[in-house]
Amino acid sequence: MTDITSQTEAALAAIAATASLDALEAERLEALGKKGWVSLALKTLGGMNPEERTAAAPAIQSARATIADALEAKKAALEAAALEEQLARETIDLSLPAMPAPKGSVHPVSQVMDELAEIFADLGFAVATGPEIEDDWHNFTALNMDETHPARAMHDTFYFPDRTPEGREILLRTHTSPVQIRSMLAQGAPIRIIAPGRVYRSDSDATHTPMFHQVEGLVVGKGIHLGHLKWTLETFFKAFFEREDIVLRLRPSYFPFTEPSVEVDVGYSNEGGRRVVGGHGDAPGHAWMEIGGSGMVNARVLEFAKVDPAEYQGFAFGLGIDRIAMLKYGMNDLRAFFDGDGRWLAHYGFSPFDQPTLSAGVGARA
Amino acid sequence: MKFSLTWLKDYLETTASVAEICDALNAIGLEVEGVEDPAEKLAGFRIAHVLTAARHPDADKLQVLTVDTGEGEPLQVVCGAPNARAGMKGVLGLPGAVVPANGMVLRKSAIRGVESNGMMCSVRELELGEDHDGIIELPDDAPVGTSFADYHGVDPVIEVAVTPNRPDCMGIHGIARDLAAKGLGTLRPIAMPAFSASGACPVEIRTDDPEGCPAFYGRVITGVTNGASPDWLQARLKSAGQRSISLLVDLTNYLMLGFGRPAHVYDLAKLSGAVVARRARDGEQVLALNEKTYTLDAEMVVIADEVQVHDIAGIMGGEHSSVTEATTDVLLEIAYFNPARIGATGRKLGLSSDARTRFERGVDPEFLDDGLDLLTGLIVELAGGTPSEVVRAGSPPSAPKVIAFDPGLTTRLGGVDVPEGEQKRILESLGFAVAADWPKNPNVTCPLRRHDIEGPADLVEEVVRIYGLDKVASVALPRAEGVARPTATPQQKLERGLRRAAAASGLNEAITWSFLPEWAAEHFASGNEPPWVLANPISEDMKAMRPSLLPGLLMAAKRNADRGAAASRLFEIGRRYFRAGNGLSDEKPTLGIVLAGEKTPRGWQGGKAKSFDAFDAKALALQLLEAAGAPVANLMVMGEAGAQFHPGQSATLRLGPKVVLARFGIVHPATLKAFDVDAPVAAVELFLDAIPTKKGAVFARPGFTPPALQAVTRDFAFLVPQGLAAGDLVRAVQGADKAAITGVRVFDVFAGLPGKQGGVPEGKVSIALEVTLQPGEASFKDAELKAIAEKVVAAAAKLGGELRG
Repeated sequence: MTDITSQTEAALAAIAATASLDALEAERLEALGKKGWVSLALKTLGGMNPEERTAAAPAIQSARATIADALEAKKAALEAAALEEQLARETIDLSLPAMPAPKGSVHPVSQVMDELAEIFADLGFAVATGPEIEDDWHNFTALNMDETHPARAMHDTFYFPDRTPEGREILLRTHTSPVQIRSMLAQGAPIRIIAPGRVYRSDSDATHTPMFHQVEGLVVGKGIHLGHLKWTLETFFKAFFEREDIVLRLRPSYFPFTEPSVEVDVGYSNEGGRRVVGGHGDAPGHAWMEIGGSGMVNARVLEFAKVDPAEYQGFAFGLGIDRIAMLKYGMNDLRAFFDGDGRWLAHYGFSPFDQPTLSAGVGARA
Repeated sequence: MKFSLTWLKDYLETTASVAEICDALNAIGLEVEGVEDPAEKLAGFRIAHVLTAARHPDADKLQVLTVDTGEGEPLQVVCGAPNARAGMKGVLGLPGAVVPANGMVLRKSAIRGVESNGMMCSVRELELGEDHDGIIELPDDAPVGTSFADYHGVDPVIEVAVTPNRPDCMGIHGIARDLAAKGLGTLRPIAMPAFSASGACPVEIRTDDPEGCPAFYGRVITGVTNGASPDWLQARLKSAGQRSISLLVDLTNYLMLGFGRPAHVYDLAKLSGAVVARRARDGEQVLALNEKTYTLDAEMVVIADEVQVHDIAGIMGGEHSSVTEATTDVLLEIAYFNPARIGATGRKLGLSSDARTRFERGVDPEFLDDGLDLLTGLIVELAGGTPSEVVRAGSPPSAPKVIAFDPGLTTRLGGVDVPEGEQKRILESLGFAVAADWPKNPNVTCPLRRHDIEGPADLVEEVVRIYGLDKVASVALPRAEGVARPTATPQQKLERGLRRAAAASGLNEAITWSFLPEWAAEHFASGNEPPWVLANPISEDMKAMRPSLLPGLLMAAKRNADRGAAASRLFEIGRRYFRAGNGLSDEKPTLGIVLAGEKTPRGWQGGKAKSFDAFDAKALALQLLEAAGAPVANLMVMGEAGAQFHPGQSATLRLGPKVVLARFGIVHPATLKAFDVDAPVAAVELFLDAIPTKKGAVFARPGFTPPALQAVTRDFAFLVPQGLAAGDLVRAVQGADKAAITGVRVFDVFAGLPGKQGGVPEGKVSIALEVTLQPGEASFKDAELKAIAEKVVAAAAKLGGELRG
């Protein structure tokens, strides 16, 4: 018996002392292999009588189990150590830079156009479009500016040498208002649309570019009046700037296509060298800023657009998209809008996932 | 329009402050563009009494004064003016005051070692005149210590923007009338001058063009003396931003600014025979007062005598008969011209003037006689002379518009309730005649000067702007029930989705000009169509409408490279502009992409920087077409991307052989050279109008259950003739067994090493495909797999492909 005990102890010591899986395997063969001493001892049981066997078996079985357990445990330990060593060898410097993924952006004008569409959709406005290369009938005549109207000359119009088959002049639209005419001609009244898009004036200085963006709004229905116009613009600006303290000031003005005509001012204050919309323009530290033109659609315009002014009336407004984008998002140079400078686009552009929604707020905060 | 408060008060009796007047002007539609208050400029200047004057110890031309400022100890001031002397009263600028003429801030200082506590000022230093010979000398009764601004009587100047529909407010009197209607005071009656006219007008006056010049009134004044205008007149004109020229000219300007009534004064000595309003003869010329010669045509009205043209009617007088210092006898002209014709003439000649601005908008047809008398009275008073009777040719429009006006319209259109009595008061105060039993009799008669009034909506505007737009309350638009309905059209959804997909792919959205330099448009022209060029471009760089989005983006990429950017990944969604068959435009929605510079910079992992290649462009094209809902799986890769692309590294993506959805590839080196771009550039253009819209799409997807059995893959390598498009091989294999084959992927392409082990013979390419087979109900049996493999090999064989051993 002592023989098995001492052999077991020796084997356990040898297993404990192994430093590799190979050495461990050798120890396994030595003890538990076909010719190992435990296996041989087990074989001796076959030649014993039952009493002897009963007496001898537990010790041998126990030795086999003890050694098997020790082998298993040692194997696990050796494997863990080997893995640890391998992992240690695989260590890399993670302060090294990863491959940069290019980050795209949406232009502020597009972002604001999406915001406009979202807000006005809630008020029941569809988005309408029209050609940028227009004829003078849609751009001027149907908007109550006949050939001799002084306002025509004030529009700094880009003309083409061509004429339409009807002999109309072809030009780059000077405002989005011709979309009013086209939309009413196409779908009649009642109508609620906004029409954002590119417009063109032959004007270029620090604050004017020959191409810029406007949004036209048009509501024609029964009983629509100036109070509705005021509410619509107030409601829009509150939603657009996401603040409740928007105060609008309406001033009488003149546009040939509206009567009465109204210029829209919004109260603002200067904060950190920037104009911040909000508050009453006459309050201390505040002032008024012109933000758009509007008015009740001139009956003549309705007639040109084949809408019966005896039955329908409505309002229209026009806002500069680039301007309200600048006011909201803090750009100060209009010319940079059209330069395609990657640095500017990355800075002022928007993540593609800043899709304006009413539930999240249409604006994207910096 | 600029005018001083004093001038306004000639016509408006008011106690309102400048601030109140400005608020009222803004409220009634006469937008205040600026207020200049000289009192601000003169802050810190006060009346001072010179007590003593002594020679400066170290300077011959300087004196040391002690000056009483009305408070505290007298101050010591060094002064260089020769007229400075003890006992006089003058104007002292105290330390801190800013000298209006040069912006210098006054400071306590030492002048040649003597302390000086301010500056005694000259007229010029205070911008009150040109005199600089000495300091201002005030009368003895000038109150010492008083602010000089208060003593001098400062006159604030208000500048308003008059909208083109209100020529009646292009004279200060008209502005006064509007303010009086607003309740800012009382309109004073016009003070008509007393003078006695004697004798008939010695000059014959005619209008031979009653359409262009319905009325031409005139009068001769003999024995006038022309010269410099009196100070008050010069000051008035200066406040209005006008230069003083000579008394006679200044007086016509005074009438124009005061009453919006242009007039003209001819030197009678330079006229011969009858003075006639007529059409110009084609080619007739006149040297105008601006010293330019204008060539006229028969659409233009002129005032001429028997010899020559003396006036481009309603726009600018001629040099020949203009008044001079030597003028003694004059002919005054007051006329009424057809506004449209004046505008057309002015535009054609490119000639602007204060007179044109008023005539083309429409002057008051009822103000010819009064205007002429006012001018005559002023001339007689200030330049002397004897006036003749008036001679009148023709007559101005005299039939007033009568509008049926229902006071309820103010509420219905203007959204504000204005009591009938107030509506009547407003209209009458603006010169409208409201029927005595209005509104039972709805007629409102418009003053002739209000050319802008066309219908009842205009009267609503008059009432509301005077009553106050601020009284219009916000009223919510009627709202459809429930949640707002979607409004976007398929095209709008497509563009919005594409924009965000492109940005999510790492591209920056740019917006570039719709117009290009002509050469750039020509370079990108499709076919032989010449660029569509503006008749009046603002510059050579913005001349032709873009036929492609790529040139604008290329130019932006070049600017970025010039600024040191290593890469530009730009896209734009916008229109390309073409002439349509119907004479109008054909504007095609397009997405353009330019990938310039380094796709990946040199790096510790990747080594050298990599440029973009045609497959980067292809990947984006397909990805975005898919985002746009195009049937990408059915697209064919074909050629003819255009001459702007590398002929061997570009392609088009087509739906069927004709419908081009996109072009992409490497930009042609010649194009890069033309646009002065260095690095290779890949580009994509998606033609959004060609992408078919999905019709009848529903929310529910077609039914689908992931197959229960696992797909198996089989690899095939084919030797195919060089030049065979891999896409064709893939398509052929895909079609070999449409039920079983669900995917075909090229995983290796190899050519070369002919004759060597593993090499590919000359004229052949090895293309290796991984074919995915999806079993249906039961797993594939070996015989089935063998049959499919045979079909694959047969399909490849049709294209000349042989299975590689």
